[in-house]
Amino acid sequence: MNTRRDFIRISTLAAGGVALGLTPLKFLSGSRSREELLDLPAGSSREIYRRIPSYCEVCFWKCASWVYTNSDNQILKVLGNEDDPLCNGRLCPRGTGGIGMYHDEDRLKTPLIRVQKNGKQEYREAGWDEALDLIASRMKEIKAKYGAESMALFNHGCSGPFFAHLLHAFGSENNAAPSFAQCRGARDVAYIHTYGTIPGSPEITDIRDCRCMVLIGSHLGENMHNTQVQELAEAIDQGITLITVDPRFSTVAGKSKYWLPIKPATDLALLLAWIHVIIEEELYDKDFVKLNTTGFDQLKSHVSSMTPEWAYGITTLEPALIRLTAREMARAAPASIVHPGRHVAWYGDDTQRSRAIAILNALLGNWGKRGGFYVPEKVAIPDFPCPDYPKPAWNFHDIHLQKYPLAEESITNALIEASIPSADNHHQIRGWIVSGTNMPEAIPDKQLFLKAVDSLEFIVVVDTMPMEITGYADVVLPECTYFERYDDIRNSAFREPSIALRMPAAEPKYESRAAWWITKQIGERLGLHDYFAYDHYEEVIDWQLKQVGTSLDEMKEKGVMRFSRNKDVYLEGEIKFNTPSGKIELYSAAFEAAGLDPLPVYTAHPEPPAGYYRLIYGRAPMHTFSRTANNQNLIDLMPENAVWVNPKVAGIEGLKNGDRVYLKNQDGIRSSFTVSVRVTERIRWDSVYMVHGFGHSKKELTKAYGRGASTTELITRVMVDPAMGGTGMRGNFVMFVREEEGKEVEI
Amino acid sequence: MKEELFLSGRMNPNIDPYLNIWHWQIPLYLFLGGLAAGILFFAALYTIRGKAHLMPATVKWATFLVPAALVLGLISLFLDLKHKPFFWQLYTTIRFESPMSWGAWVLMLVTPLSFIWSASYLRETVPSWKWRYRWLESFESWVIKNRPGLSWAMIVLAVILGIYTGILLSAFNARPLWNASILGPLFLVSGLSTGAAVIMWLSKDPAERKLMSKIDLMLIGIELFLIVHLFMGFLASTAVQIDAAGLFLGGQFTLGFWVFVVLLGIIVPGILEIMEIRGYHIPVAVPAILILYGGLLFRFIMVEAGQITRYLY
Amino acid sequence: MRYAMAIDVKKCVGCSDCVVACQVENNVHHGYCRDWVTETINGTYPQLETEIRSERCNHCDNAPCVRCCPTGASHIADGGIVLVTARKCIGCGACIQSCPYDARYSHPDGHVDKCTFCAHRVEAGQQPACVAVCPTSCMYFGDIDNPYSDISQIMKVRKWKVLAPEAGTRPQIFYLL
Ligand SMILES: Nc1nc2c(c(=O)[nH]1)N[C@H]1C(S)=C(S)[C@@H](COP(=O)(O)OP(=O)(O)OC[C@H]3O[C@@H](n4cnc5c(=O)[nH]c(N)nc54)[C@H](O)[C@@H]3O)O[C@H]1N2
Ligand SMILES: Nc1nc2c(c(=O)[nH]1)N[C@H]1C(S)=C(S)[C@@H](COP(=O)(O)OP(=O)(O)OC[C@H]3O[C@@H](n4cnc5c(=O)[nH]c(N)nc54)[C@H](O)[C@@H]3O)O[C@H]1N2
Ligand code: SF4
Ligand code: SF4
Ligand code: SF4
Ligand code: SF4
Ligand code: SF4
Ligand SMILES: [Mo]
Repeated sequence: MNTRRDFIRISTLAAGGVALGLTPLKFLSGSRSREELLDLPAGSSREIYRRIPSYCEVCFWKCASWVYTNSDNQILKVLGNEDDPLCNGRLCPRGTGGIGMYHDEDRLKTPLIRVQKNGKQEYREAGWDEALDLIASRMKEIKAKYGAESMALFNHGCSGPFFAHLLHAFGSENNAAPSFAQCRGARDVAYIHTYGTIPGSPEITDIRDCRCMVLIGSHLGENMHNTQVQELAEAIDQGITLITVDPRFSTVAGKSKYWLPIKPATDLALLLAWIHVIIEEELYDKDFVKLNTTGFDQLKSHVSSMTPEWAYGITTLEPALIRLTAREMARAAPASIVHPGRHVAWYGDDTQRSRAIAILNALLGNWGKRGGFYVPEKVAIPDFPCPDYPKPAWNFHDIHLQKYPLAEESITNALIEASIPSADNHHQIRGWIVSGTNMPEAIPDKQLFLKAVDSLEFIVVVDTMPMEITGYADVVLPECTYFERYDDIRNSAFREPSIALRMPAAEPKYESRAAWWITKQIGERLGLHDYFAYDHYEEVIDWQLKQVGTSLDEMKEKGVMRFSRNKDVYLEGEIKFNTPSGKIELYSAAFEAAGLDPLPVYTAHPEPPAGYYRLIYGRAPMHTFSRTANNQNLIDLMPENAVWVNPKVAGIEGLKNGDRVYLKNQDGIRSSFTVSVRVTERIRWDSVYMVHGFGHSKKELTKAYGRGASTTELITRVMVDPAMGGTGMRGNFVMFVREEEGKEVEI
Repeated sequence: MKEELFLSGRMNPNIDPYLNIWHWQIPLYLFLGGLAAGILFFAALYTIRGKAHLMPATVKWATFLVPAALVLGLISLFLDLKHKPFFWQLYTTIRFESPMSWGAWVLMLVTPLSFIWSASYLRETVPSWKWRYRWLESFESWVIKNRPGLSWAMIVLAVILGIYTGILLSAFNARPLWNASILGPLFLVSGLSTGAAVIMWLSKDPAERKLMSKIDLMLIGIELFLIVHLFMGFLASTAVQIDAAGLFLGGQFTLGFWVFVVLLGIIVPGILEIMEIRGYHIPVAVPAILILYGGLLFRFIMVEAGQITRYLY
Repeated sequence: MRYAMAIDVKKCVGCSDCVVACQVENNVHHGYCRDWVTETINGTYPQLETEIRSERCNHCDNAPCVRCCPTGASHIADGGIVLVTARKCIGCGACIQSCPYDARYSHPDGHVDKCTFCAHRVEAGQQPACVAVCPTSCMYFGDIDNPYSDISQIMKVRKWKVLAPEAGTRPQIFYLL
C-alpha cells in the first residue's frame, strides 16, 4: 500500500509538471472529498495505479506518452512523456483525447468476410483462423496467376511497416502511402533536387530560435504538429516576426505581423517576386550563395522581370507589402525561414512552388543555421535479422517511371490507376492490402477508386474502425488500437536523437489484434516463417534495444531515451550537399533533363466560374482527418465542420450564419450531407473553406455519420503534378444548394 | 463585422445560447409567495388596527388560501431543485447573504403561522367543525386570544416574504435585467396588489371591497411609477442593462410586457376599479382576475427575460 | 496564499487541449465541460484582429455564487479556490444564475459543478490539468500572493485584463495581452 502511494506521487509529479512548492492544502480534509472533486461514479477508481509507456498514433508525429491505468487496468488518461524532446510532456488535443479511440464502441470487433446473401453483398463475422486462411489462400492464388508483384499495399501509420515487411517477403514492393502524393511528396522532391535531402518529419525547421518565419498556407496552430506548435509559441515569446500567406485569416495569421491574403493558386508568383526583390535589392546572403549554390546567375535573369508590380496583378497583394515583407525576412536571416509546408498537394505545380520556397530559403542562407534549418540526427537501430527479400520482377517505379520521372516514393493514385485494366498498363495490380488509410476520404477522384475496386480480385482492409474503406473489402481485419499493442520503436530524426517505446496498456478489446501478430500469422500461412522468426514482437524490440545499449525492461520504465549527437546541429562555411553538383541547385539540371522547368515558372490556374467559389480546406486542431471523426472526446470539442463564407458572398447568396446548405461542385457532384454556414470576415470572397475529415457516410460510425460535409467527395477534378504524380486538390469550385432545394432534388 | 463564437466546449445543457435553468416553478413560486405575503399583510394589518370584525374577507376567508398557496409554492420550489434528496440541506444553515436561504427560512416560519391563523378561524367559518383533541382546542383559544401579537409576527414575516420574492431576482447581479434595486419594492407592491385583488374578489361586504379597491388603486399607481423608474434606471445604466431593457423596448418581450402585463394586468383593472368606485357596475371578479393574471405573467416574463440577459465580454 | 491563473492570448491557438484534458482528468461527462475556448474577431477583411481565450470559473475574490448559495455547498477553500460540495448542493440553480461568466452547470446527477482549479492536483503539488497539458504553455498557475511565483512574475511584465470587471466579482483569471 505504502509503496503504491509513493509510486503514485512520484509518477504523477513527473507527468503533471512543475511542483508548485505549496504548503499542503486542507480542502480535502474539510470541505470536499477527493472522490467528489474527481466526480467518481460509484465503484470505480480513478486512483492511478500504473503508467505504461507509449507514443501517440492520432497523427504521424508520434509524441511519446504515458498511459495511466487504475488497479482494474482501466485506461484513465494519457499524458505526454516529459523526457520526450518532441512533446515535452504535452500532447496535443488529439493525443489527449486519443483514449476515445480505445473506448469507442463502434470499433471493428471481429474479422469480417464478405458474403452474398439473398443476392446482396454483406459481411459476416468470422474467426481469425478462417479469415487468415482465406487471405493466405487468395494471396497464393494471385501470386500463382500473376506474380507476387500484383499485390499492392496502401498504408499509413504504424501498421504500415509490418505489412510492408510481409509484402516484401511475399515478393512485392508496391507499397504506397497517402503521405506522399496527397501530402508532402512535391515538397520532398523539390528539396531533394535542390538540397539533396528532405525537410523531414519532424520538419528540420529551427522554429524555436527563428526570428522571422514565412508560412505559405501552413496553418500551424490548426495544423497541430506538436513540436512545431510548441516551438512557435516559444518563438512568439521571443518576438518572432510572422508573415502568413493564406487566403484565409488562419489562427496563425492572427498572430502574424503581416497577413498576406493572397488570391488562391497564385503563391508561385509571390515567391518569384520575393526572390526578385531579394536579388534586386541585394538582400541575399552573398557569402552563402557564393559558397553553397549553383545557378544563381540563371536565377537572377529568370526573375528579373518578375517584379512585385507583376505579382500584384496576379496575387492581388500590394507591391509595397511584397517589398516590405521581403526585407523583413532578409533582415532576420539567417534566423529566417520560409516554411517548406507539409500538405502541399494543391494545384498540380506544387513541386515548382516548393522549389521556389527552397530557392528563397537558399537566398536567406539559413541551411544549417540556428533559427533556420538544423541538421537532424536519429539513432541507428539495426533491423531484426531476417533473410533478404526476394527481388521482385517489377515494382512501383516501373509503373510510374515514364509518367512521373521524379517520384521518389510510390504514388497511391498511380497504383490505383494500375489496378484498372487498360492497354496502357505494362503492369497490372490485382489485389490490395489496405492498412491505416481511409482511401475514399484521403485520395481524391472517387470514380477512379471505384473503378479500381471493381476490377480487383481481392481486397483486405485492416483498420480499427468501420471506416468507409472497410466497405470495399473482401476481408476486414480488426486491428487493436495503439493502446493495446506493441509497435516498432519510435526513432525520430530531430535536434536531439531519441527513441520511444509503445507497449500495450490494456488487453486488446473484442477480437482485435496487433499488426505484428496479424502479419506474422499471414506470413506463417504463406510459408514465410524465416521472416517472422519470433514468437512475440517483444523479442524483436528487446533485441533492437539491446543493440543501442538499452533493453525492453529499461524502456518499460523510462518510455523515452535520449541519445547524444555525433554531428553538429548547425553547419559553418562550405557545406557538402547530396546533389549531383554537391551544391544547392538553384537551377535544376535534373528537372531540365526530365523535361520540367529548371527554374520555377508561374502558370495561371483555372478560376471559379460565376456563381462558384474555390473550395479550400485545412485542419482543425482537435481532429485528424477521418480517424478522429468518431471519437467522442474530440466530437465534444468539435462536432462537425462548417463552410466558411465571406459576408459579401453571404449577402449575394442570401446565406445566414447557421444556415444548412449542400455544396455542389463544377461537375455536378453534391455533398452527401448538409453543412452549416459560418459567415466570417476571415476568408476571401472568391473561396470557401472547410475543415477536412467530416461528412462520413458509413452508418456504422454511429457518432460521425452525417456530421458536416466531406471535402474529398467534392474533389473530382485533380490537378496531377507532372514531376511526381501528386494530386492537386484545390482546383474544385462549389456552389450552394439550400437545404430545401437539396431535398427536392433527392425526391 | 464582429464575430464572437465558442471555438469549443460550453456544450453544457441549458447554459447557451441563454440560461434556461429556471422554468415555470420559480415564477409560480414567486407569484404564490407574493400573493400569500399580500393577504397575510392585510390580515395582520387590520387585526393590529382592531378592525378585524369589519373585514371578514381580509382576516378570515382570504387567509384560508394562504396555506394552500404557500404549500403549492413550496412544492414548486421543490420541483425546481435538481438534487432533491439533499433538500434538507436548506435547513442545516442560515446564510444571510443568500436570499434563497432566508426565503426558505421565512417560509419555514410563515407557513405554519398561516396554518395556525386560518385554523383559528375554522370554527367561525364552518360552524360544524370540531377539533378532535382537547389540546387542539386549548391551543385554538390561545391563538384567538393572542391574535394581535401573532399579527405583529405575521406582518413582519409577510413584508420579508414579499420583499424576498423581489430580492431573490435582484440579488443576481449577473443578470442585468434583475440587477436593479427597484425590483424588490416592485415585487412587494405587486404581491400586495395581488393579495388585495383576492380579498376584493372574496369580499361580500361593499365597504371592505371598496377599501381594498382603493388600496389596490394606490398600489397600482406605485407599481406603474416603479416600472417607469425601472426602465429609466436601465436606460441610464451600463450597456448590458440598456441591452436588457431593449428586450422590453422593441425586443421580444415588448408585446407581452406592455400589453399583457402593464395594460391588461395593471392599467385596465385600475380603470375598471375606478369605474366601480365611481358607481359603474363592474363584476368584481374581472379586475381581480386581471390583476392576478398580470402578476403571474409579470413574474414569468421577468424570470425568463432575466435569464436571457448576460454580461458581454 | 491566493491561487490564480494567467493566460497569454498572444500564444493561445485555440486548440482546446485544455478542454479535453480537463474532461479526461476530472471525469467530466461527455456533453459537459468545465472550461471552453472562445474566439472574437474584429474588423473587416482584410483588416482583422482575433482574440482566442480559454475560459473557466474565475474563482472570484468576491464570488456571488458563494454568497447566494443557501446551503453553503458553494464555498471558498484554501487559496481562494471556489468549490461546490455535491452532497450539500440542492440544485436550486441560484449560483448558476449568479455567475456573470456562466461558468457553472448542472451536473447530470443534479448538483452543480464547475472548474475546481484541479484542487486534487494542486494539493499534490501539481499544475491543474489544463495548464499542464497546454501545448503552447500559454497558461500560468500559481500563488499571486507570492511575488516570486511564475504568475506574479509574468503579470509584472505584461499588460493584462480580466473579464467583465464591471460585474464586480474580482475575477482571478488574468488574460495577458
Ligand atoms: N490538427 C491536425 N493537425 C495536423 C493534421 C490533422 O489532421 N489535424 N494533419 C497533419 C498532416 S498529415 C499534414 S500533411 C499537415 C498539413 O498542414 P499544412 O501543411 O499546414 O496544410 P496546408 O494544406 O498547407 O494548409 C491549409 C491552409 O492552406 C490555406 N490555403 C488554401 N489554399 C491556399 C493557397 O492557394 N495559397 C495559400 N498560401 N494558402 C492556401 C488554407 O486556408 C489553410 O489555412 O497537418 C498536420 N497536422
Ligand atoms: N480532401 C483532402 N484529402 C486529403 C487531405 C486533405 O487535407 N483534404 N490531406 C491529405 C494528407 S496531408 C494526408 S497525410 C492523408 C491522410 O490520409 P489517411 O492516412 O488515410 O488519413 P485518415 O483519413 O485519418 O485515415 C486513417 C485510417 O486509419 C485508420 N486507423 C487509425 N488508427 C489505426 C491503427 O492503429 N491501425 C490501423 N490499421 N488503422 C488505423 C482509421 O480508422 C482510418 O481509416 O490525406 C490526404 N487527403
Ligand atoms: S501531434 Fe498530437 S496527435 Fe500527433 S502524435 Fe503528437 S499528440 Fe498525437
Ligand atoms: S490548450 Fe492552451 S493553446 Fe490550446 S486552447 Fe487551451 S489555452 Fe489555448
Ligand atoms: S466565475 Fe462564476 S462560478 Fe466562478 S467564482 Fe466567479 S461567480 Fe463563482
Ligand atoms: S445549486 Fe447548489 S451550489 Fe448552487 S446555490 Fe444551490 S445549493 Fe448552492
Ligand atoms: S483547472 Fe482543472 S478543473 Fe479547472 S478547467 Fe483546468 S483542468 Fe478543468
Ligand atoms: Mo499529411
